[in-house]
Amino acid sequence: MTAALFLEQVLNGLQLGLMLFLMSAGLTLVFGVMGLINLAHGSLYMIGAFFCAAAAAASGNFWLGLIAGTAAAAAAGALIEVTVLRRLYDRDHLDQVLATFALILVLSELTKIGFGPFPLFLDVPPILSGTVNLGIAHYPLYRLALIGFGLAVALGLWLLIARTRLGIRIRAGENDREMIAALGVNIRALYTLVFALGAGLAGLAGALVGAVQSVQVGMGEPVLILAFVVIVIGGIGSIKGAMVGALMVGVIDTMGRFLLPRLFGHFMEQSQAAGIGAALASMLIYVLMAAVLVIRPKGLFPAHA
Amino acid sequence: MPEKSREYAVNAVLALGLLLVPLWALWAGEPFTITLATRIAILALAGVGLNIALGLGGMVSFGHAAYFGIGAYVAGILAQHAFLNTPVLGLPGSNQMLTIWPVAMLISGVMATAIGALSLRTSGIFFIMITLAFAQMVFYFAISWPAYGGEDGLPIYVRNQFPGLNTMRPWDLFLVAFGVLMVGLAFSALLRGSRFGAALMAIRQNPERAAAVGINPYGVQLTAFAISGMITGLAGALMADLTRFTSPSMMAWPMSGELIVIIILGGTGRLFGPVAGAAILVGFEVTFGGMTEHWKLWLGLVLLGAVLFARGGLIGLIAGKERHG
Amino acid sequence: MVEPVLTLSHLKKSFGALKATDDVSLTLIPGEIHALIGPNGAGKSTLIGQIAGKIAPDSGTITFRGRDVTQLSTAQRARLGLGRSFQISSLIPEFSARRNVMLALQSRQGHPFRFLKPVQRDRGLIAGAQAILTRVGMEGRASVPSAELSHGERRLLEIAMALALEPACFLLDEPMAGMGTEGVGKLVSFLQDLKAQAPILLVEHDMDAVFALADRITVLVYGQIIASGSVEEIRHDPRVREAYLGDPA
Repeated sequence: MTAALFLEQVLNGLQLGLMLFLMSAGLTLVFGVMGLINLAHGSLYMIGAFFCAAAAAASGNFWLGLIAGTAAAAAAGALIEVTVLRRLYDRDHLDQVLATFALILVLSELTKIGFGPFPLFLDVPPILSGTVNLGIAHYPLYRLALIGFGLAVALGLWLLIARTRLGIRIRAGENDREMIAALGVNIRALYTLVFALGAGLAGLAGALVGAVQSVQVGMGEPVLILAFVVIVIGGIGSIKGAMVGALMVGVIDTMGRFLLPRLFGHFMEQSQAAGIGAALASMLIYVLMAAVLVIRPKGLFPAHA
Repeated sequence: MPEKSREYAVNAVLALGLLLVPLWALWAGEPFTITLATRIAILALAGVGLNIALGLGGMVSFGHAAYFGIGAYVAGILAQHAFLNTPVLGLPGSNQMLTIWPVAMLISGVMATAIGALSLRTSGIFFIMITLAFAQMVFYFAISWPAYGGEDGLPIYVRNQFPGLNTMRPWDLFLVAFGVLMVGLAFSALLRGSRFGAALMAIRQNPERAAAVGINPYGVQLTAFAISGMITGLAGALMADLTRFTSPSMMAWPMSGELIVIIILGGTGRLFGPVAGAAILVGFEVTFGGMTEHWKLWLGLVLLGAVLFARGGLIGLIAGKERHG
Repeated sequence: MVEPVLTLSHLKKSFGALKATDDVSLTLIPGEIHALIGPNGAGKSTLIGQIAGKIAPDSGTITFRGRDVTQLSTAQRARLGLGRSFQISSLIPEFSARRNVMLALQSRQGHPFRFLKPVQRDRGLIAGAQAILTRVGMEGRASVPSAELSHGERRLLEIAMALALEPACFLLDEPMAGMGTEGVGKLVSFLQDLKAQAPILLVEHDMDAVFALADRITVLVYGQIIASGSVEEIRHDPRVREAYLGDPA
């Protein structure tokens, strides 16, 4: 194992973590503010990727695609909030689970109908193609840009929540719905806005990741489940928890897949070590989640301590 | 109580229908219909398992595919070892259902106990996310563990056997599945009427009150969760034999969703709810799946409609609200 | 001196800067009704929560029937014989009045891990529940789901469930709350008889009822006990009049 390979894996882990953060941030806001569990958040990720790939292919411009993907996911989010989810805030979690599961089916099929049954591919924009020399290793520029992009969005989100009027309202909404209604804030519009914001973030993540993997129906749910792990670790409703959890999950998952097979290689046959190492590595983040549950059942940074 | 007797009537119609339709198919020479009925019976059994956790206990598990899949893998792995005549963990494999079933139930029960013990430290949204995440862990483990087929799954070359029957014949296999479903339903009926069932239902409605009369909510819920996983695991073993294939998709997250759908479409917490729900789901798939490849779009819309406008499921629509005397 | 059934010693509980329970010690001895009174926000609910096992005290101990129960769960304390009623009726809404009482009865008879025998055919359990409902005058309402009972009936069912535990002590949290004069009158004479069965720690706002029933009264203000004594002593205690009755001495 070389230092170069190691650095590359650490960066991959960071990149996965930051993309997970974009997914988890929206989910955790919606949990925190509206008390809603939204299984269809992965579908918004998928919508972002599809619209980005299609718009980029049509216009020949990656950046237009990125905007289209984010906007489409935000619009889809606002639409399902107004038509369906709004009716579920006062329902029990079982109804929310079933309705948002139904939304996954609907959105997946609509995507198949709209974009055809085959995966789409999104090219890395020319300005971000190629690799960059990090001294000991060459690393794809686009992946490095993803890390920068993720950090920038995280910073922007933090500023939005900590420093703006909208952020104050969101935080107030987490603490006391009646209070915020009494202050004259239009709570329905606020909910739609928060939901669209979360959906836009998911769509942005999908669009960005679309250039490094194939864009296909069903791409959202594995990421959604990872985002759940992130939120369980970080604590519901906490943006900070989502950030810490996402980075932990991203780095541990990536490093586990990289290191465990090599570790087992030291005391068993190579091919066997690869298989067993990979199988155990796939469980690592869930073991982490279990450990957090035992020590801190409400997550590392519970929003309502 | 007329509502109660109406529910009994619905239950009788469901049980008789599930038996008579394949019997008619046997007479008419339509083995495909028999296989469909077998599938309904097995999915209903999986739902009977989940219904104990979700319907009676209020534990919204979005991870029951894990136990369904574990049951299926036990059947597949034991059958493979029996076929190749190799030992597994020092023990011989088996192609006998009566041996496979207890093992499937034991291992799904152990997993359900472990996952339940952790998940029940939380509740609400957390519980849903955690059960889903742990099920995904089991799924990833299954597809990355190389010994038993990985992503390709594990075929069962010769269907496992049941004494006195030829399980390769659709009708015989149906009888096995139907019989097990009836035993599962009878057990579920006894359970809900027992002291344990009373404690479990009480905890769902008011855990604080249950604790105040001396019932330990955690212990009762964990026990129910384990029993629930065992029954769903048994259904998984049967499903592997029906399809003669153990597929990782049997433990993937959509399966967990499907099991919840089965329960809710039939009527959450109702004894025969899973039977009604499984029949609706399979019927829907066969009917609309033949017309359009996008049948899941319509399924999604129907589900949305059911959640938003028809709470209580099919049995709720026919027999009204549930009452506990 | 008689051995107390329940002893609180030096209980403390803070929420942030708020001292909800500030060094509270008290006893409950067999045969008595010990009333706990205090204005709103005095910390009565927090104290009840600690006795019942819902809230863990920061320090101090709770001794029940000679055992330190401070670390035990709510369910364990209930099985040891702590029967409680809730300030806001807390019942199993889908269960009938009878099944609510049966639930309490069954847990007194042992663990709930009996999976197959139908409760609805358990004559002993049904008869036992019916007898308890008769004792509180609800025999005619046994099969009504508790969600459909009137407010007064729900208060009585709370007490019936505590009775079913055959407890060594009753912890009654405002049992008279929201009851009419007639209901309060009946309940007062019922509790008067009940204390012979097991002593009662009574939290109550209805002062007439408290003065009619209590053998001892403890007054809690801002988490602290400011006075404790007989009805007469409390009635004439100037600190109580000032702090609690709002009556400057």
